[in-house]
Amino acid sequence: MPTANLKVWRGDDSGDYQNYQVEYGHGEVVLDVIHKLQATQAGDLAVRWNCKAGKCGSCSAEINGHPRLQCMTRMEIFEEGEEIVIAPLKTYKLIRDLVTDVSVNFEKAKTIPFVDLEKPAPGDVRRMAQMDIDRVQEFHKCIECFICMDVCHVIRDHPDNMDKFVGPRYFVQLAMVAMHPLDQHPKREMVAYGFGLEYCNITKCCTEVCPEGIHITDNAIIPLKERRVDELYDPLRMIGRALFGKK
Amino acid sequence: MPEYETHEYDVLVIGAGGAGLRAAVEASSMGARTAVITKSLLGKAHTVMAEGGMAAAMGNVWPQDNWQVHFRDTMRGGKMLNNWRMAQIHAQEAPDRVYELEEWGALFDRTPDGRILQRDFGGHRYARLAHVGDRTGLEMIRILQQRGVHQGLDVFAECTINRLFKDSQGRIAGAIGYRRETGELLLFKAKAVVLATGGAGRIWEITSNSWEGTADGHALALYAGADMIDMECIQFHPTGMVWPLSVKGLLVTEGVRGDGGTLKNIDGKRFMFDYIPAMFAAETADNEPEADRWYNDKTVRRTPDLLPRDEVARAINSEVKAGRGTEHGGVFLDIASRRSPEYIRSRLPSMYHQFMQLAGVDITKEAFEVGPTMHYIMGGVRVEAEKQGTAVPGLYAAGEVSGGMHGGNRLGGNSLSDLVVFGRRAGMGAAEYALGLTSAPALDQADVDERAALMMKPLEGDGRENPYAIHTALRTLMQNKVGIIRTESELQEALVEIASLKERLTRVKAGGDTKYNPGWHLALDLEHMITVAEVVTRAAIERKESRGGHTRDDYPNPSPEFGKVNIVDRLGPNGVEVRQEPLPQMPPELAELFADGGDDAHG
Amino acid sequence: MVADAMSALQRRYGKTHRKDRWWVEPLLSGGGLAAFLLYSTVAVVVGPNWSYEVGPYLSPMFEPLIRPDWLPRWFSPGFLILWAPAGFRTTCYYYRRTYYRSYFLSPPACAVAEPAATYSGESKFPLILQNVHRYFMYVALVFNVLLWVGAVKSYWMPGEGLGIGVGSIVMTLNAFFLMMYSLGCHSLRHWVAGGLNSFSRTPIRRLRRKAWEIFTIANEKHRMWAWTSMIFVGLTDLYIRLVANGVITDIHTWKSF
Repeated sequence: MPTANLKVWRGDDSGDYQNYQVEYGHGEVVLDVIHKLQATQAGDLAVRWNCKAGKCGSCSAEINGHPRLQCMTRMEIFEEGEEIVIAPLKTYKLIRDLVTDVSVNFEKAKTIPFVDLEKPAPGDVRRMAQMDIDRVQEFHKCIECFICMDVCHVIRDHPDNMDKFVGPRYFVQLAMVAMHPLDQHPKREMVAYGFGLEYCNITKCCTEVCPEGIHITDNAIIPLKERRVDELYDPLRMIGRALFGKK
Repeated sequence: MPEYETHEYDVLVIGAGGAGLRAAVEASSMGARTAVITKSLLGKAHTVMAEGGMAAAMGNVWPQDNWQVHFRDTMRGGKMLNNWRMAQIHAQEAPDRVYELEEWGALFDRTPDGRILQRDFGGHRYARLAHVGDRTGLEMIRILQQRGVHQGLDVFAECTINRLFKDSQGRIAGAIGYRRETGELLLFKAKAVVLATGGAGRIWEITSNSWEGTADGHALALYAGADMIDMECIQFHPTGMVWPLSVKGLLVTEGVRGDGGTLKNIDGKRFMFDYIPAMFAAETADNEPEADRWYNDKTVRRTPDLLPRDEVARAINSEVKAGRGTEHGGVFLDIASRRSPEYIRSRLPSMYHQFMQLAGVDITKEAFEVGPTMHYIMGGVRVEAEKQGTAVPGLYAAGEVSGGMHGGNRLGGNSLSDLVVFGRRAGMGAAEYALGLTSAPALDQADVDERAALMMKPLEGDGRENPYAIHTALRTLMQNKVGIIRTESELQEALVEIASLKERLTRVKAGGDTKYNPGWHLALDLEHMITVAEVVTRAAIERKESRGGHTRDDYPNPSPEFGKVNIVDRLGPNGVEVRQEPLPQMPPELAELFADGGDDAHG
Repeated sequence: MVADAMSALQRRYGKTHRKDRWWVEPLLSGGGLAAFLLYSTVAVVVGPNWSYEVGPYLSPMFEPLIRPDWLPRWFSPGFLILWAPAGFRTTCYYYRRTYYRSYFLSPPACAVAEPAATYSGESKFPLILQNVHRYFMYVALVFNVLLWVGAVKSYWMPGEGLGIGVGSIVMTLNAFFLMMYSLGCHSLRHWVAGGLNSFSRTPIRRLRRKAWEIFTIANEKHRMWAWTSMIFVGLTDLYIRLVANGVITDIHTWKSF
């Protein structure tokens, strides 16, 4: 069995990296190796995980500098004997080892509005064409791994923006609500408010790292920015609104 | 004296999966002060792993479908052990719960005329599962989570409850737990508790369950004095991944078969035709052309690939034992040769992704290996059908942790609907009870302090037992001796070994301190797992027949006598007590649905 | 306190733990962009002194040609029109991504620390002006039509009639690539149907949705069309100039020019 050469962050802010050697087998992923480490050499190694199938988004970490899911990172992508650096997410406050405090996300979640749908026709159920929901279903794929939030330089390198900018995951959430085909109060004011959309400089790292392959920038953020332009910066629409009242 | 972070609520919901969240949403909307406790972060519960869909007789694809047909399918799938009233409520209310999720923002796949699309699944006579591709559970969790957040629920994330407390009159009074992050002790004073902790899969070696499935709720209820039923009925899902080792047990949705996939042995033979039980013979195709026609023509008999899960799991087990399995001990599931790559990718996107990324297998090009994996426990806390109350006043249970709804075997798709149908009812029951109490039941502080001291034990003392090693031993034991096929002698051996594990647990030692220490967490969970493992084993000894998710090599057939009883367990002063109790009897108008002989359950 | 936290972060991450050559992409993109900027500036400035039209061909950097009599001889007519494509590309979402990474190092690559101490994104002047992208898009669409007109005219030699030359093919390809770039524009995709929530309600909306699907295909390859069209504009200009100044000979069916 080959041996993995791990360098894992241990402890809180005053901690340090520790080196470990762990054997691994065919088809194993980084999370398997971390579990082995836990069961044999470091019983109190803190790591979050649930499904180990890329569906729950709990085991996010930075592996050789790349934010990704430990359960979806196969050991085969590394050279044998290569040093593998496993660090906690940088954008969040460190609790211990590989676990960070992501509770700020749940505060952000509260700020995004809830859907408010049109009632169905009397005696009928709600009708929506598949064509209408295709676009929005993409946003529902989000597993809330918060890797997009971790990689986003707006908050990663500038923590002071955390309050002004909800971040990519919540732009996806906003898009999900704002583009719902049956929402009866199109969320125009919310979109105009933007939740910090103007801080995004569309450098697309969120899209690059998304394990679900959601086109966060092209399908959520930019369309929201364009809707925001409709509300705030489009002179033709301003004239239209002045002449014909609120559209 | 230990210090506690103390909170007071009307209703305390333990578990934030589909059932827990739905219960909390209901209780809080009725005006009860409600908190939800989850071992993981909010939105990570095992419900996200549910793939195929949510069974509800809406009749959008087949107008012939209605609640009676769904009820009949559920009872027959459960080998008639189900609590008929729960099965009836479930079949009647599931469509409303689907539409409710839609109202809250869920986007189910659509029919051409814009209604909710439904897909075929094992044991369901008509295409009945509302779904979102193959990630329906994720959709449910996310929608309920957002609903809860906007309703202002208090959520205690990454907290584990270790014991429930009762007052001097035997009513629920509160619970003790700890914050996983810091190890701080949490004390809840609560008038009512809803258990929604999910399953027990981590007691077995090969399981589709996440680390959270440690039977917490089953154990909490047992310690509090509630009854368990049907604990011997364990669902081994027929199709888990078997290779590579790292993903062994990971679920492959039944949707693969629902959408046209078929099981084959190493010789390429579709072996399910050899395993059609008498109970389903009348409605199951015995030849390939008819089976293949069934997907689009419901007037012919259905394919045996979609027999209930217990039948399929046993069939795979037999094929492998007979030497017709693959090198990794599974059989082949083939959809590649039967459906176009575009179809597969659009219908089963996360399966495609899962095999591509974790096994390097392209399911649109080749067949892949599958084998049984412990997936679900039908048994659980015994509840009354209307409001999910237990024998303990103030204690409610919903979802996988409760028993009765699914009888001897659960049909695919009935779980997601179970979560919201009974989650809502449990929330309602708990809120009504709590709001109806004139004064809060009083906690006995001595009980609390005693428990708190016990919880710290694995961190203290000079024990040498590694919690991970005990856990591995338990899982291996249960897999080998209380697995798919059971015999008296092995079950008795298992009891002896469980007793020795219990003894080892008294000497368990977790390194490190209380701050985010998974070794300590596991040591505490182990007590729950070992208790429940014993209950399962004793119940399995008691039921001397084969039925649904309980197969005895020494009693290979169903017995009419055992078909009339539930196995009920509780913790008495001298340990686990097991007894038989007659099944509740359904009224004649429902019994009529089975006039053609539903209850001669085969084995 | 803060200093402690920062040093812990530094210790934990340094600038980055990435081991791959993350700097290659921003370096190549930045270099490519700079090379084009340099070439096009020189090409436009020297415009009048180094012929940019010959026979039926006209360099795309001067299309449409606006050369009123009062224009001083030294002033390049390219300046009268170049603001439009320049503005379109400068405010383009893809180019923004590229120059923010390569020139502003904001960030240089994913999960690589950004050097600047503060960051306000596109919330303040001047970057807030990026919101005018859709106006440049309207103008760019007009230019696309004009470039196609120019491409068609390149098959018609005044005084001689219909024919074909390598230059006409080059100009046609150029118009095609520029069109593909415009069709993939995020603003166009939004304008045609992106603002709708329900596509199926009316036949017009379904038609708009069809267009949205087509623009989406181009949009997914926006980066590719951005580079292809940009490089090809340069090559087209170079080709026509080399022909116009007699450095190389165009192969064509006409007798004169």
